[in-house]
Amino acid sequence: MLSYILRRVAIAIPTLLLLIIISFLLMHAAPGGPFTSERPLPPAVLANIEAKYGLNNPIYVQIVNYIGGIITEFDFGPSFKYKDRSVNDIIAHGFPVTLTYGFLSFAVAVIVGGALGIAAALKQNSWLDYFAVGVSIGAQVLPNFVMAPILVLVFTLWLGWLPGGGWNDGQWNHLILPVIALSTSYMASVARLTRSSMLEVLHTNFIRTAMAKGLPYKVIIFKHALKPALLPVMSYLGPAFVSMITGSVIIDMYFSTGGIGQFYVNSALNRDYAVMMGITILIGGLTILFNLIVDILYAWVDPKIRY
Amino acid sequence: MKFSKSSLLASVVGTALLSTSAFAAGVHPETGEKLADDQTFTYRILDEHSSFDPQVNEDVSGSEISRNLFEGLYSQDNLGNLVPGVALSHTVSDDNLTYTFKLRDNAKWSDGKPVTAGDFVYAWRRLASPELASPYQWYAELMSVENADAIVKGDMKPEELGIKAIDDHTLEVKLTKPLPYFTAMTTHSSTFPSPKWAIEAHGAEWTKPENIVSNGAYKLVKHVPQETAIMERNTNYWDNESTIIDKVETLVINDENIALTRYLAGETDRTEVPAGQFPRLKKEYPDQAVVFPRLCSYYYTFNLSDSGPEEFKDVRVRKALAYALDRRVITDAVLQGGQFPAYTFTPAVTAGFEVPKVDFAGWSQQERDAKAKELLEAAGFTKDNPLEFDLVYNTSEGHKKIAIAMTQMWKQKLGVKVNMNNMEWKTFLNERGNQNFELARGAWCGDYNEASTFLDLMDSESGYNDGKFVNAEVDELLSGAKSTANPQPNYTRIEEIMSAEMPVIPIYHYTNVYMMNAQLKNWPIKNAEQNWYAKNLYKVAK
Repeated sequence: MLSYILRRVAIAIPTLLLLIIISFLLMHAAPGGPFTSERPLPPAVLANIEAKYGLNNPIYVQIVNYIGGIITEFDFGPSFKYKDRSVNDIIAHGFPVTLTYGFLSFAVAVIVGGALGIAAALKQNSWLDYFAVGVSIGAQVLPNFVMAPILVLVFTLWLGWLPGGGWNDGQWNHLILPVIALSTSYMASVARLTRSSMLEVLHTNFIRTAMAKGLPYKVIIFKHALKPALLPVMSYLGPAFVSMITGSVIIDMYFSTGGIGQFYVNSALNRDYAVMMGITILIGGLTILFNLIVDILYAWVDPKIRY
Repeated sequence: MKFSKSSLLASVVGTALLSTSAFAAGVHPETGEKLADDQTFTYRILDEHSSFDPQVNEDVSGSEISRNLFEGLYSQDNLGNLVPGVALSHTVSDDNLTYTFKLRDNAKWSDGKPVTAGDFVYAWRRLASPELASPYQWYAELMSVENADAIVKGDMKPEELGIKAIDDHTLEVKLTKPLPYFTAMTTHSSTFPSPKWAIEAHGAEWTKPENIVSNGAYKLVKHVPQETAIMERNTNYWDNESTIIDKVETLVINDENIALTRYLAGETDRTEVPAGQFPRLKKEYPDQAVVFPRLCSYYYTFNLSDSGPEEFKDVRVRKALAYALDRRVITDAVLQGGQFPAYTFTPAVTAGFEVPKVDFAGWSQQERDAKAKELLEAAGFTKDNPLEFDLVYNTSEGHKKIAIAMTQMWKQKLGVKVNMNNMEWKTFLNERGNQNFELARGAWCGDYNEASTFLDLMDSESGYNDGKFVNAEVDELLSGAKSTANPQPNYTRIEEIMSAEMPVIPIYHYTNVYMMNAQLKNWPIKNAEQNWYAKNLYKVAK
């Protein structure tokens, strides 16, 4: 197992490097640059700015300097657009925000979705099943960019209970709407996945054997059925977790949370190279990490899997 | 008239209140209106501003914040006239090249230090220095401050800039050429003073709320990037007594529809109205939906360079396209925010600018359409041999609606075939700047309130002249306007030439369309540049 983990980490390094180089080149290939504006800068001014940020160097020198800065000083460079801030600054501020509501949404999606799915599978074709399936289909067809305005319309404009946006240092009432808007579609997927894989497991021979043996129902469900039933759900949850904690662009934009999703989109539009790279690396790194964690969890859940 | 009345009222009310010793809080000292208990002004901004550093900032929302945190030599009143800021007055030498400003001696920084002429010297040198590499370095050049060009190019040291402190309260600026609107340029945030000691102590971190020192009516107390900036009263500000708004808060909300929802939920005091929604809002909230002219022009520019299409080299084609557009349809049916149909490039609201009578402005739309058909036929384009070209705009719902309306009018009236394209902003700027277009959208907002800020775009050497219009007479008139006491005849002639040559199609002049809390008073709606100062605003009780 340890050698497996080491092997995976060893692969992760060149993967990340490749990600950095390809993103860097793609970004510089996009038309316009960070200092392209409606009022083109005089050449002398542009030259000063490019010299300050090292953009006057050939692109391979820029890549080497960039990677060098990350390795030696963990410095992801300055933001070209938000001139008072460095990329480290922006991520240090924005990531905890997205992490907070992303993690809460994940918890809601797993707990509510999982419970709905299991309940539906255990009482297949009952009203509970239909209810759970109905809710999850409803949640699935309402994407978060539809969900968010509806929530704001009802809870902010009509009822006046909750604020329509902002973060306010993560005060609880600012968290509710973003968490609901972000978690619903994930919750629906979790519910449907759990339900179908639970049903599949419940019809396998080893469960039938356990039933025939007269094991208590609770033991059968929680000790024998649940673990294998969760395998497909887990492979879904790994990437889902990453995409939730790295911020939904829509949630960030809609609720003006100040999370990194908002910075990600704006940095692409502003050609704010360093911010865009920093967040790309963060998301890339987390994706690699969580895929590894899921694989390790697999082995723990399913003894048949060996690395 | 109105002013004298209100000041009379103020003195009456003031005396009455003083005599009952209830003046302290609650009532506006001049108008006598009952003030709200909570004097917080919250407004929406489209995107996080680029910096709190007045010399580094490069966007409108950042300038607005700068004007509240800092104070320059001069400020503007509600009409856009210059009023003393840190400078009380100035004198100009006979050759109009040396300006000497007398600074007030009671101005203080938020840490209690006095504001001196040296703080301006330091700030202006910073602005021009290649080391700071401010995107607004060119502003020092635009102000024609002595040696600014050479400093920006790195040929001279920032210390050689033509600005010096004669003593703590006397500032001298030397220019390379006379500039009639030089003092007006000192209201721009890049000319505001900066605190050397704070910048040297904290470096680029000096604008963090815990480090920043400012000399304006407010000081920064909190900043959450992409969410909010909170400013509170600077008790060291020399005119703190007259300031009524206690707290200014910005909220970053990228989408204007969301911003409107949050405004309606009472979260902000001011937000922009999305295109087409003004009539409905005006009906529902007559005292909150406001509209007033803005110093901006919306137009389409022909590519007249070698890479442009042959068809556009024919002035008859350019005129036909300009004439056939019914601008009323665009302003009244598409935008619906009180915008003004444009027949000249410079907006009517521009200070000291008299709109010239260009011929087609006076015609009826039928007359314009008839003339357009005639011109296009004369240029050799008919139903069987239709004119065809590409039109490009930057991706936006609003620009799209206008482009559709335009292409439909051309198609129906002239049988012209237009291929519409849209591009993401930076790509669009790149393509337009490199003359990779045929007909492209453009918009320009005045940097200062004078016609040259618009007409300079038509200078053949201008970096903003994306259509590459070249006309020797226009160049001459523009440079002549810089040194004459009355440039209006030059501007009139330039607009006439533009109307005859039609290098761009003027479409409309902008308005500001806002939802504004009815309790918020004294918004400078007559200041065309919209340079507002929170210290002049106040909120009345409900």
